[in-house]
Amino acid sequence: MDWVKIVSILGAALAVSFGAIGPALGEGRAVAAAMDAIARQPEAANTISRTLFVGLAMIETMAIYCLVIALLLLFANPYVH
Amino acid sequence: MTQSPLTLSVAFHIGPVAITTPVVATWGIMLLLAGGGWLLTRRLSLHPSSRQAALELVVEAIETQIRDTMQVEPAPYLPLIGTLFLFIFTANWSSLVPGVEPPTAHLETDAALALIVFLAVSYFGIRVQGLRGYLRTFAEPSMIMIPLNVVETLTRTFSLVVRLFGNVMSGVFVIGIVLSLVGLLVPVPLMALDLLTGAVQAYIFSVLAMVFIAGALGDRNAPGNKDVLGNRYVQGDRAVLVDGTETKSEGG
Repeated sequence: MDWVKIVSILGAALAVSFGAIGPALGEGRAVAAAMDAIARQPEAANTISRTLFVGLAMIETMAIYCLVIALLLLFANPYVH
Repeated sequence: MTQSPLTLSVAFHIGPVAITTPVVATWGIMLLLAGGGWLLTRRLSLHPSSRQAALELVVEAIETQIRDTMQVEPAPYLPLIGTLFLFIFTANWSSLVPGVEPPTAHLETDAALALIVFLAVSYFGIRVQGLRGYLRTFAEPSMIMIPLNVVETLTRTFSLVVRLFGNVMSGVFVIGIVLSLVGLLVPVPLMALDLLTGAVQAYIFSVLAMVFIAGALGDRNAPGNKDVLGNRYVQGDRAVLVDGTETKSEGG
């Protein structure tokens, strides 16, 4: 096992673990704000949840990027032969 | 070790051309959608059967979404957006059929879909505003923003690719790993979650396509008009257009 492989695996694990923190906090804030808005204005619930879903997907994309980087490191690493 | 999600498995060869499994699945879905559409719309009548009523419900739901999101009449955009949504939805749910892997779980299909959106944005932008008007939207707040706007156009297309690919592929990947650990019943909740993710991602892909196209249409459709209560705004706007113009000028 050479160093490049070890560092790649560590890099993949770090990318997913630390990359999940930010989106988790962000999604929590977004859902909390949407709950608050629906509680204040229940008649706007449809529009709010539609906007919420799109926003959550946008935030989640950041975590997905980290996952893609991790998979690239594991499966398509240009430095491992 | 699970197979790499970035490689493609070859289904069969036509001469020297290798046909991969996502291509076969894509053509299967296209045949299903086109054939189903042809069969269901063969006998349309003014007094709809229950089948036609269900179909009209789907079309009207997509129309309403386009009208709410883009603040325009949905007719020119319905074929593109509706096809995108139905194709991605069917593709994501095609994992329900045993042995079929969703074609959207591979980078190539997603790249093709995002390329369609990218070209459609330019096409609708040029058609509505003219070539000069469309190019002027890149210099929208000021001339300094031109490089940023160009970069944004490219990166948002790229993120469209990676978002769909990452979400669908990670679902397939996780189910593959869990299946190799425990076979029976344990993957079922994960598969249900995967179906939910697939539906939400199909919806989000088409909503983002709508937002990008609406952004290329010009000032009338600037994001400022799309507040949280976009729904009401449309109704209020239409009420003004239908009967309120006179009263408004009298009041003023």
